[in-house]
Amino acid sequence: MESTDVPKLANGYRFQWEPAQNSHVLLYPEGMKVLSESAAAIIELINGTDTIEQIVATLEKKFPEADLRQDVIDFMTTSCAEGWLNV
Amino acid sequence: MSDVNAPLWLLAELTYKCPLQCPYCSNPVDFASTTGAELDTDHWIRILREARELGAAQLGLSGGEPIVRKDLEIIVAEAHKLGYYTNLITSGIGMSADRVAGLKEAGLDHIQVSFQASSSELNNWIAGTDSFEHKLEMARAVKANGFPMVLCFVTHRENIDQVDDILELATRLEADYVELATTQYYGWAFINRDVLMPTRDQLESAEACITRFRDENKNDAMKIFYVVPDYFENRPKPCMSGWGSLFMLVTPDGTALPCHSARQLPGIEFPNAKDTSMSDIWKHSDAFQKFRGFDWMQEPCRSCSEKEKDFGGCRCQAFMLTGDAAATDPVCDKSPNRHLVDAAITQSSITTKDTKPLVFRNAKNSKKFFVDTSN
Ligand code: SF4
Ligand code: SF4
Repeated sequence: MESTDVPKLANGYRFQWEPAQNSHVLLYPEGMKVLSESAAAIIELINGTDTIEQIVATLEKKFPEADLRQDVIDFMTTSCAEGWLNV
Repeated sequence: MSDVNAPLWLLAELTYKCPLQCPYCSNPVDFASTTGAELDTDHWIRILREARELGAAQLGLSGGEPIVRKDLEIIVAEAHKLGYYTNLITSGIGMSADRVAGLKEAGLDHIQVSFQASSSELNNWIAGTDSFEHKLEMARAVKANGFPMVLCFVTHRENIDQVDDILELATRLEADYVELATTQYYGWAFINRDVLMPTRDQLESAEACITRFRDENKNDAMKIFYVVPDYFENRPKPCMSGWGSLFMLVTPDGTALPCHSARQLPGIEFPNAKDTSMSDIWKHSDAFQKFRGFDWMQEPCRSCSEKEKDFGGCRCQAFMLTGDAAATDPVCDKSPNRHLVDAAITQSSITTKDTKPLVFRNAKNSKKFFVDTSN
């Protein structure tokens, strides 16, 4: 995975806020994954045009005290392996 | 009532009409007694809205064959507006490429197409109709419209030896997921159990095929869901993740149920969504409270350390095999009734479709069934 790659949600995956879960979730064929706040903060920025680099930059602006680069890359790597994301 | 979870899943069985006749169908054997009383579009829209307010996020549209409903696109569009993830569960029969495109436009998220087998001859025999070629065509239309596609094969003695061919067919059709669901013995499958149940050898070779396929196709995108047959296990399945915990189903006539076959359980009055709100049904009805949590349990479940893992198994299976819906699911080897499951396995091993012909799921056979039982 390169920092210039553009991540996209896999076909059939949908990200949305679920009031009943008080969380963001990923919905997909016959299933749902409730997301942690940090996972949701990353997925929210996946728009099909921004690169991983740009997503990291946006997050670092939002949370200036944290070093997020490695977290974002780890999250993208696991999500790709799980099949929710394509790069 | 704050201790009740939100229902995650609503399954809308839109109709019992179906052009196919699968002898493992999970619909009730007496389905023909209620086919005249289907809910109309407005009922369904209110049910969807109320269940969504309760927190349901996944919507299954099934039947019977849901494509038979002319208002399917209207129902899908409404569900989409409400924020559901919408899953259509279809045999593909009665579908056309135009309707697939129309459903996409209405906002449908995913289509599951069921096949009866990987060969035309066996598929058509099990389905009781010439349907294989049309299914292939519809699977291609599903992909052409950009839907994620699950291909579902219900497996049993007649088709389980074809697992390699099934996986090959699913790959060829570019399925995103393939579900190999071993027949569960409810509804029509229960009366055909002796001839549908595979042997242990058949299961083992099927599992070996699946493992081999997974190893050889590690980077392939197609995922395989394999639903194991619980009769051959020594712990029951965590049926519905617990009664009234995540799942609710509304039948074509509006009856609300906590699982597919609960209507057969004696002494429970299931509410009808026509005259009761989904919130009252889910939170307050006696039917949905009946086996919720752990207080209803008898021994050995009551004091068992595994009860939070399997919830004591399936209430319908307990009832069908032991006559007591609150008994431990007899699949469990801690159940004093496990011998009933072993006897069923033995019985099936000495029964063939020549000695006991399959009973196909159709209105004629259904009518026979409920006339017989009402005598
Ligand atoms: S299992 Fe077969 S007969 Fe039953 S509803 Fe599905 S396609 Fe129709
Ligand atoms: S005794 Fe009941 S709770 Fe314990 S493992 Fe068996 S079915 Fe599950």
